[in-house]
Formats: sequence, structure tokens, C-alpha cells
Amino acid sequence: MQFNFDESAPLYQQIADQLEEMIFAGGFDEQAQVPSTTQLSQQLHINPATVLKGMNMLVDKGLLEKRRGLGMFVKEGAQQKIMEQRKESFYNDYVKSLLVEADKLGITKQHLLELIERGEHDGTINH
Amino acid sequence: MEQLTIKNLTKKYRHDMILDDLSFTLEPAKIYGLLGRNGAGKSTLLNIISNRIFPTSGEVRLGDDVVNDNDDVLSKIFLMSEANLYPRGMKVSQTFDLADVAYGNFNYDYAKQLAELFELDPQAKVTNLSTGQRTISKLIVALAVDVDYVFLDEPILGLDANHRDLFYKELVKTYQEKPRTFVLSTHLIEEIQQLVEHVLVLHNHHLIIDEDTDEMLAKAYAVSGPAKLVDQYTDGLRVLKKESIGNIQTSYIFDHLDDQRVIPDQVKIDHYDLQHLFMYLTDGREG
Repeated sequence: MQFNFDESAPLYQQIADQLEEMIFAGGFDEQAQVPSTTQLSQQLHINPATVLKGMNMLVDKGLLEKRRGLGMFVKEGAQQKIMEQRKESFYNDYVKSLLVEADKLGITKQHLLELIERGEHDGTINH
Repeated sequence: MEQLTIKNLTKKYRHDMILDDLSFTLEPAKIYGLLGRNGAGKSTLLNIISNRIFPTSGEVRLGDDVVNDNDDVLSKIFLMSEANLYPRGMKVSQTFDLADVAYGNFNYDYAKQLAELFELDPQAKVTNLSTGQRTISKLIVALAVDVDYVFLDEPILGLDANHRDLFYKELVKTYQEKPRTFVLSTHLIEEIQQLVEHVLVLHNHHLIIDEDTDEMLAKAYAVSGPAKLVDQYTDGLRVLKKESIGNIQTSYIFDHLDDQRVIPDQVKIDHYDLQHLFMYLTDGREG
């Protein structure tokens, strides 16, 4: 498990984001236990309150669940849920900014479509 | 556990002002960072709080009780400092006994475990220890002593990277097992940024920052781009420092950004860390 922190966002947010990424990537299976606040804060030298705040964000999002006396577990259907959330933000995060940048560079819609095809052809997308 | 209140605390040495009218509170079970440049008065403050020296005026209270010469209260406050208070020839293990007598309920098991982890022989004499080993022996006492408030003045003096890592780990561990307040006074700000929930900054005899770490960092913005656009965008905001390369300027802000202002295309906004924020706040121009 490798965490990387920078100054881009509050630390608890980064903890939540990176745990989410690990769940999405299959680093933790559904129903599996994730490291405890204790483990994470000791390992990363992070204030337990901060780690807890990050974990609770994922509880609120319905990705983790607390099991009394046992710890924190990945909820069933968490991966699917992340997938849906990401699809939703795909338009805002990628498509919109792609169009803004294309417009700045004077790239036409036709040219843009050609570029997407070229990307596919060049094997940017590995399938 | 009760909160520790510092009220209108002033310390002068003859005509020199050291601390000028400080007021703040420390809450139970929280990890604090006390930051300040050399000579800012951090050690003086910690010594006053733990009743080792007296203020010129003002007071320190735990709950409703004044700390000054009150043994009951003082047995709940521990200061680990650079000063060596132990008599010549004293063994490390005997410093554990001293802490047990003074504060009660010393955790010998944990102290022994820590000595093993840090590879320190409890039978060694304190005077024969190296700087780093002496720090370790004091840290062991500070982590195993049974008090509500632990003040650590330069807790990592002379420790190598491995031992610093071990110390942070053990600090978090013991804090979780038995939540109590720790105040870390150190210059290695990068290493404690993630550990401290709340930050206090002493500068020019005053407490200039008393704020949660998250809130502070949320206001630390580095705005860079063409100088004119950066100045326009940051107009009226609190700018701590400006740096330029050619026509490109970076302004370090300590303020909330104005959501109403449009960010120009050529302007880039990032956050910066606690260490830099501290440097810019205590550069001398501010405060």
C-alpha cells in the first residue's frame, strides 16, 4: 500500500481519494477489511483525527462501512458505485476541459474527432 | 480531563520583553505544534506553563486551578526539555523511577519496550550518553509518564532519520491508546505537519497564529503568472511574500480567495506547505 501526499488538497481528502482509488483498482476486495485508523495513522505519521475524517468521507459516500468492534470494511457494490460516480464526473472533469482547450487552440470538432481516432489507433487505450 | 488556559502571560527579563501578553487555551487529548524561530520564547513559554520559571504577570490554569506551585496540578503536566536536570551518575532506569515518584503510575513496561526499540541500555549512565541517546532517554520518559499534558521541547534533537520515524510512530500509538495532549516544539516542521491538529506560532513576543492545521493550509495559496495579472487577482488579499523570475511572479497568499473573482487563464493557483507558510509568516516583515 503506497500513499503519496502533496499540497493539492486537505490531507483527509487525499486519504479518502487514495483509499477510493485502491478500492476501485481492486486493492481491497468488497467485504474485505481496510486498514484501521490506528494502523494508517501510525504507519503514515498522520494525526488519527485526520485519518478518521478521511475514512468517514468514504462511509458517507457509501463505500466503506463500520462494523462494530471489528473495524472498517469495503461495502458490497463499492466498485460499481465508484464506477458510476466517475462516469458522472467524466463529462465535467474531462470532456468540458477538453473542449475549452480545443477551442483555445482553434481545433475544430472534426479535427477533434480525428484526434480521438488517432489516439485509439496509436494504442493509447490498451485493449 | 480539563483544558489548560494561558491568560495574559507576560515575561520580561530586566527590560527585555520575551513574551508579551499571551492568551490561549490547550484542549485535552489533542496534538499541537508550537512553532517559532530561534529566540522566539518557545522554551520560556513551556517553562512557565510547567512552573519551572515564573511569569512577570498573567497566569496558567488547569481547569479552575492555578498551576503555580500547585503540586496536584503539576503532576498532570510534564515537560521534556533540553536542560539536563538529572544528577551525575544517574542511570537511565533511575530516571524512570524519578518520573514514577513525581507523576505516579509510570508505565515501566512501555518504557522497557521503548528502550529495546530504540536500542538504549537502561543501565547506562545518563551523563555517558551521546546527544541522540540522551534525547531518546528523555523521550522514553515523556511517552511513558502518566500525565494529561506532555510538552516536548525539541523532542528530536540529535535523532537520526530512523529514530525520528520510530518516535513519530510511537507517539501516534501511545496517543491512540491513551489520548492526552502533546505539544511539539520543533524546527522540523515538514515532519510534523501531518501530526499536529492545531498550530501555535510565536513571533516577536506575540502569538501570531492559534489555528487548526487544516484551516491554515486551506488559506495557503501560491498564485503565479504574469506579475500584473497576479497582482490584480490578489489585490486586497493578505500577501506574505512575492517571488519573481522575469515577468512571472508567484505571490504567497495567506487568506481565503475571493470566489467572485475570475481566475485569469495564465494564472495558476496551488497550495504550499506549513514549513513555507511558517517561514513567510516569520520573515520579520510581518508580525
